[in-house]
Amino acid sequence: MGIFDLEFIAQYYKYFLRGTGVTLSVSFFGVVFGSMVGIVLSLMKLSNNKIAKGLSTAYIELVRGTPLLVQLFIVYYGFPMFLPFELSRIALGTIAVILNSAAYVAEIIRAGILSIDRGQMEAARSLGMTHSMAMRFIIIPQAFKNILPALGNEFIVLIKESAIISVIGIHDIMYNADTLRGITYRPFIPLFYAALLYFIITFTLSKLLGILERRLRAGDQYN
Amino acid sequence: MINIINLNKKFGELHVLKDINQTIEEGEVVVVIGPSGSGKSTFLRCLNLLEEPTSGEIIFEGVLITDKNNDVNKQREKMGMVFQQFNLFPHKTVLENITLAPIQLKGLTREEADKIATTLLKRIGLEEKANTYPNQLSGGQKQRIAIIRALAMEPDVMLFDEPTSSLDPEMVGEVLEVMKELAREGMTMVVVTHEMGFAKEVGSRVLFMDEGRIMEEGNPHELFTNPQNPRTQDFLRKILI
Repeated sequence: MGIFDLEFIAQYYKYFLRGTGVTLSVSFFGVVFGSMVGIVLSLMKLSNNKIAKGLSTAYIELVRGTPLLVQLFIVYYGFPMFLPFELSRIALGTIAVILNSAAYVAEIIRAGILSIDRGQMEAARSLGMTHSMAMRFIIIPQAFKNILPALGNEFIVLIKESAIISVIGIHDIMYNADTLRGITYRPFIPLFYAALLYFIITFTLSKLLGILERRLRAGDQYN
Repeated sequence: MINIINLNKKFGELHVLKDINQTIEEGEVVVVIGPSGSGKSTFLRCLNLLEEPTSGEIIFEGVLITDKNNDVNKQREKMGMVFQQFNLFPHKTVLENITLAPIQLKGLTREEADKIATTLLKRIGLEEKANTYPNQLSGGQKQRIAIIRALAMEPDVMLFDEPTSSLDPEMVGEVLEVMKELAREGMTMVVVTHEMGFAKEVGSRVLFMDEGRIMEEGNPHELFTNPQNPRTQDFLRKILI
């Protein structure tokens, strides 16, 4: 008995392994596609096109102003009503995570771009670069460095919040921990291991981002 | 080289430039002076359309650059600009700062661009700084790099927007020296500055601006020793004490 119950681990570790795989893949696609949609949303919000700006602003406000749980159920029950093909549970859960994360990423990126001094854009334009070249070579690389901590934080939040997809029956870490709770009648130990796994994932990610951040800051040191 | 016809600029209700007409000839060094808020920086920034004129026309080397269908990026390659705040790209090395635009815009290879950059760096005595980042440089060094970054595009005219105003006093000289050398080589220059010594030494014409108008213009010697307009007299009295 006790927390490090070897018998328990030997018997049920597969639940945790599979759960970790599901959590990691949902988070991975959530981060990658959430960032892509987020970049588009942030550029829409920064553009001079009123329609693009309005759509993006409305979307971001709606997503930030409603609970992820509600969004998840809307996607889970709502999307199949309008889609001509069937999507698996896990696909629907991932879509909900992507749509949610995109709004937060968009705001982080927008803030990052706005934080770059206006003179940088002017200098690039004065050399003859187009707006998009200036964004690509000058603004976005600097913005990316500035927003990396905030972006890392958002990714960590996403991994943790992804536990909510267990309510629509996706077999992630949280769902499997719950299952084991039912099987073994022991509430504490499965949840303890679930927490430990989430922590290992987020802690590793946070360390990796720390390394990346230090590399990118190489040019900032004073002599 | 640059014709400015009835140039007006408004920021909302604020009328910053009022019916400016000017012609800048090839090889001229035009120095623009005036009190703060007189519109001199805005005037300069209108020349390469960093500020979009509210009305009026600007013709550069025969091209009406204020025309809606004109792609100003091509002309900007020929109009170098130097800013008060240097605006070097902090995430790029000195060499990359200089070579980025020639490589991307003129299609130079990295070797060709590096060669041009190295020649320019030698000229200002900073070739050993090629691989450092802007943060490691002094203000004077940054501004000299900013000047040669613009020169690397081989511009026909150089625009200077208060290039020495944010420098520590002991670094003003090294930047002015580079600018003077450029002027002596025959570069066409438009310089917004408070450095009267520079205007006297290499300026071919001085424009005195106040309240969005060019109040007086003339050669530096005449304008400084015998200003006609009472506002010019007042301004010069204040700054020459």
